[in-house]
Amino acid sequence: MKHIISLLMENEAGALSRVAGLFSARGYNIESLTVAVTEDPTLSRMTIVTAGSDEVIEQIIKQLNKLIDVVKVLDLNDGKYIERELMLVKVKASANFKDEMKRMCDIFRGRIIDVADNSYTIELTGSCSKLDAFLEAIDKTAILETVRTGASGIGRGDRILKI
Amino acid sequence: MFRVHHLIVKNQGFMDSQNNNPTSASKDVINANPTITGAEIVIRCLNEEKVKFVFGYPGGAVLHIYDEIYKQNGFKHILVRHEQAAVHAADAYSRATGTVGVALVTSGPGATNAVTGIATAYMDSIPMVVISGQVPVPAIGLDAFQEVDMVGVTRPCVKHNFLVKDVKDIAATMKKAFYIAATGRPGPVVVDIPKDITAHLAEYIYPKSVEMRSYNPVLKGHSGQIKKAIKLLLEAKRPMIYTGGGLVLGDGSHELVKLARALNYPVTNTLMGLGGYPATDKQFVGMLGMHGSYEANMAMQNCDVLIAVGARFDDRVIGDPKDFLSKKRTIIHIDVDPSSISKRVKIDVPIVGHVQSVLSEMNELLAAEKTTNDISAWWKQIDEWRGVKSMVYANSDIVIKPQYVIEKLWEVTKGEAYVTSDVGQHQMWAAQYYKFDKPRRWINSGGLGTMGVGLPYAMGCQFADKDAQVACVTGEGSIQMNIQELSTCAQYGLPIKVIMLNNRYLGMVRQWQEFFYENRYSESYMDSLPDFVKLAESYGHVGMKITNPADVEGALKEAFAKKDKFVFMDFITDQDENVFPMIAAGKGLADMVLKKDNKERHED
Repeated sequence: MKHIISLLMENEAGALSRVAGLFSARGYNIESLTVAVTEDPTLSRMTIVTAGSDEVIEQIIKQLNKLIDVVKVLDLNDGKYIERELMLVKVKASANFKDEMKRMCDIFRGRIIDVADNSYTIELTGSCSKLDAFLEAIDKTAILETVRTGASGIGRGDRILKI
Repeated sequence: MFRVHHLIVKNQGFMDSQNNNPTSASKDVINANPTITGAEIVIRCLNEEKVKFVFGYPGGAVLHIYDEIYKQNGFKHILVRHEQAAVHAADAYSRATGTVGVALVTSGPGATNAVTGIATAYMDSIPMVVISGQVPVPAIGLDAFQEVDMVGVTRPCVKHNFLVKDVKDIAATMKKAFYIAATGRPGPVVVDIPKDITAHLAEYIYPKSVEMRSYNPVLKGHSGQIKKAIKLLLEAKRPMIYTGGGLVLGDGSHELVKLARALNYPVTNTLMGLGGYPATDKQFVGMLGMHGSYEANMAMQNCDVLIAVGARFDDRVIGDPKDFLSKKRTIIHIDVDPSSISKRVKIDVPIVGHVQSVLSEMNELLAAEKTTNDISAWWKQIDEWRGVKSMVYANSDIVIKPQYVIEKLWEVTKGEAYVTSDVGQHQMWAAQYYKFDKPRRWINSGGLGTMGVGLPYAMGCQFADKDAQVACVTGEGSIQMNIQELSTCAQYGLPIKVIMLNNRYLGMVRQWQEFFYENRYSESYMDSLPDFVKLAESYGHVGMKITNPADVEGALKEAFAKKDKFVFMDFITDQDENVFPMIAAGKGLADMVLKKDNKERHED
């Protein structure tokens, strides 16, 4: 099952490689990993999307906690959460695609952020599955390039990951 | 806080040209605290931690540190012949004493040579601080001479590592390194220090304590879980106590003996846990696992309540976890590392905490308990399994049986020696036939299985306890992986006794080739062995070659009587002997192959 794991870690050189190294060394799967500094410059917040049985997820959480630089770990799937990912898609905008692209972009509440002679660049945010759905919905042959950030996650309401 | 014992006026020309030392002269005037070099700070930190021995090997990147070593007399530096041996010796020193072992190596090849030693310590959770030199900060990443990304190389095999990029961080980093290495589940910590940092100047401020928001190991076990464990133990019909290296490392042996005796339950130790419970005690059923005793493995498989203490249900211990779980039993697991719990086997009552404190709490609860539990039927069953006599071997008066050598070693040393081993058949025989009654006496590489540890391990033990009897049980394959240390032993006059079981084969490889590869002995025969007696003598040691079983005991007595001499004993043993009982990799605990079922190699 897919899990979104959020963690706070010391904002120190090499901290990211410790997490990435742990996943590869123990054979865990990483679907995406995003990391950036928080409002406290000594802390980084990371969101890892991974998949595995309950036992594997339990081990992943324990192993992450064992890393000396990791301050706190939360499996967002243990409660209610919001997940968002940003995607930029460059699509063909030649005469026969133009209207369809504009329409699909509107339906998915995306924005066209760059217009060139033969292409649009669409910005889209949402859950991973929404972004997947967009790519499914448009004509595959129209896609020139896609770039995705990987998911960021946050607990709903009172679920706060802070030290 | 500033312990300034002496002031040395530093020659500024000593420092690297790129030095942009942030500790400016004006600041010194304001603080009136003397600044000292990074190298001197390193030395002061080690002295502050009351380090007695540093095992190391000098080189370019650590020359400033070595210069300060020359000037100090707080600890003794032990010059090895290869960095791997430095780390192994520091590791063994830690295993024998329970303190943090310290090794010092230079950058690049010095650092990579240390990696096997670090990984060995990591697998067995040994607290160590390994200081490695690094190229100067401005040269990092430029493929400089003797540069290697030590933090990157060691990341998967350390508890934590640091690259110190500012002289002001050295003291705090060293304090953290010792703290992280020794607390929680112990492990090696690498501190990588660039050369220019050791020349820069800073005030020396050694923190009194460490607080880390990201690292707070749990020490005390959950009281509710402990109560539950006691209740389950007292209701058990077929209880079993299974302890590992964690019991030894956590100094919980005394409490465990108390608990086991109060309950009168059977106890087994893992390879790493030998000595955690006295092997000569009647409640001890022997080591369990791949080469464990029949009674230990059968009791482990058939118990109804199992308490695991500082043990991790390793593949060499329980074999196939599916087979192990096919028998229903309730499992209590005490471990300081939460990630060890329910890793391979689902645990019913997890207790995260320091083994000594948890066991002592259990003993208190048990003392207040009125009920007793009679398990005589279970003991009767265990005694029946003991009747199989799985450790009996056919002795010979023609050829030396390796097991016989170990039995005699135990007798001659009265079971009191530190016994180190390398890896292979001899390691298993040492574990099976030397009865360890005390913890921290059996020093071997259990997790990583590193051939070549035996001799440097013996060095570490001898430094830890200079008057003790130290025996290195090895084979002619393993000993040659760190044979250069015969020279270190000569330099420091270490009276180690090497017990080499020489069967002219990589015995454990040969054994597997017999069992699983239809006797195709691919590259497992050792040709062109040196004359070990002459080799030992060339270093000024005593060499002995023993070929006759009748001479074994006498030779051992003679060797151990030479209290101030290093004695290398080359025992020419039976080439065909295999280690039994044996559970093939991936099989269940009850699938033991006992000796009588085995086809001997010369019979087919």
